[in-house]
Amino acid sequence: MAYSDKVIDHYERPRNVGTLDKDAVNVGTGMVGAPACGDVMRLQIQVNGEGVIEDAKFKTYGCGSAIASSSLLTEWVKGKTLDEARLIKNSQIADELALPPVKVHCSVLAEDAIKAAIADYQSKQGTG
Amino acid sequence: MKLPIYLDYSATTPVDPRVAQKMCACLTPDGSFGNPASRSHAFGWEAEKLVDEARNNVAALIGADPKEIVWTSGATESDNLAIKGAAHFYQKQGRHIVTVKTEHKAVLDTCRQLEREGFEVTYLDVQSNGLIDLDAFEAAIRPDTVLASVMHVNNEIGVIQDIAAIGAICRERKVVFHVDGAQSAGKVPINLANLPVDLMSFSAHKIYGPKGIGALYVQRKPRIRLEAQMHGGGHERGLRSGTLATHQIVGMGEAFRIAGDEMATENERIRTLRDKLYGGLKDMEEVYVNGDFDRRIAGNLNISFNFVEGESLMMALKDVAVSSGSACTSASLEPSYVLRAIGRPDELAHSSLRFTLGRFTTEAEIDHVLSLVRGQVDRLRELSPLWDMYKDGIDLNSVEWVAH
Repeated sequence: MAYSDKVIDHYERPRNVGTLDKDAVNVGTGMVGAPACGDVMRLQIQVNGEGVIEDAKFKTYGCGSAIASSSLLTEWVKGKTLDEARLIKNSQIADELALPPVKVHCSVLAEDAIKAAIADYQSKQGTG
Repeated sequence: MKLPIYLDYSATTPVDPRVAQKMCACLTPDGSFGNPASRSHAFGWEAEKLVDEARNNVAALIGADPKEIVWTSGATESDNLAIKGAAHFYQKQGRHIVTVKTEHKAVLDTCRQLEREGFEVTYLDVQSNGLIDLDAFEAAIRPDTVLASVMHVNNEIGVIQDIAAIGAICRERKVVFHVDGAQSAGKVPINLANLPVDLMSFSAHKIYGPKGIGALYVQRKPRIRLEAQMHGGGHERGLRSGTLATHQIVGMGEAFRIAGDEMATENERIRTLRDKLYGGLKDMEEVYVNGDFDRRIAGNLNISFNFVEGESLMMALKDVAVSSGSACTSASLEPSYVLRAIGRPDELAHSSLRFTLGRFTTEAEIDHVLSLVRGQVDRLRELSPLWDMYKDGIDLNSVEWVAH
């Protein structure tokens, strides 16, 4: 199966790889997927006082499309408010990366990851 | 060194130039293009002579009588003819078949078809090294068992089953024994004159012959009976009708002849390269060889790099042709059933690569692949949240994953 140029670009030069302090109150972490399924994404967002995502980092275990989906997502969410980030749809990711049908689940996982990161951040605000 | 590097010899092999040359001489007007079944003229006689020579060459490599060779389109057809043919012929004596979970789909799916026809099939487990437990095999045989089918060499993990011991059990219990030898001919010595094997499938394209041709060994003494699956002009003593493809047959014959001449030295050379490849990887953290390391063919290394997904690793090795047991490389999104059968957790199956070396593999290629694999595994582990967790001492089995 051939990959699109955009998938290859993100795979070879992934953006925003790394780790944020998961215990920090202004950081939300979303980890989705399972090793047994062949993909695990960890997406972290750092949110400022205005509710804007000022930094995002990821690490992904998975195929090239999964790595590209999470890399692209970190680019997209930076500078967005939580409400804006929540509106990102997997279909947008799949379209941007030209994912074939068998790889659409990678974009679904990315959408799940940002939703999970936002939920984690908000739960910290609620309790903190 | 030419890129890309081919390390997928268990998928298929290039045709040896010596083989191609012989094949080309059977096609054009000034070549031996005749129909081997034509009895009335020299064109037919010439083609028949070439087919006979090829039959002798194939028989010689496997220690068979040339009369025991039936030409087919490949190992898949041979498996179908052997299993369906024997099951249908002997069904009055019983309708139970024993096979193994790690067999090739050509065997498993043929058995599934027989189940739909009312046969019962036992799919045996293998041990964690990929080999059959002989006691379990014997215990699976019932009074109504008529056929057992066990592959000689596994296509994914390269392990070699003890077909002599399995066959001995079959003889004692009067069960017809079929062996899929697609991955073993030319790699492992086979002497059917001594082996208790009744039917054995072969393919040309796994040993530097052309695709589209194979053979089925059908033992003559005692005679094994089969119901033909292909009907027509009565070729191959009625077992497989269809005009013989002279050029394909000649190619298979030449490939088998060369294998007979060169197997011993070639195996030695390939084993040295394979061991060099493994030697260069085994000191890495969290790498696992899949299947028994010693009882495997010289050219196979199936290895899992934990915490790295196989397809992404293959993508990183873009100038290297290998295959993976990862789900992402298949349409089904299921990881390798062979790795599952040897008890590998799914995450290790997802993380596996199969390197298969062959006649044209060079040391320079292995050196290149080694440095590439090491660098890319490190890079992808830096990208892997699982590697992070492993390094933090977290037991991944204790994590509650959100499966999808």
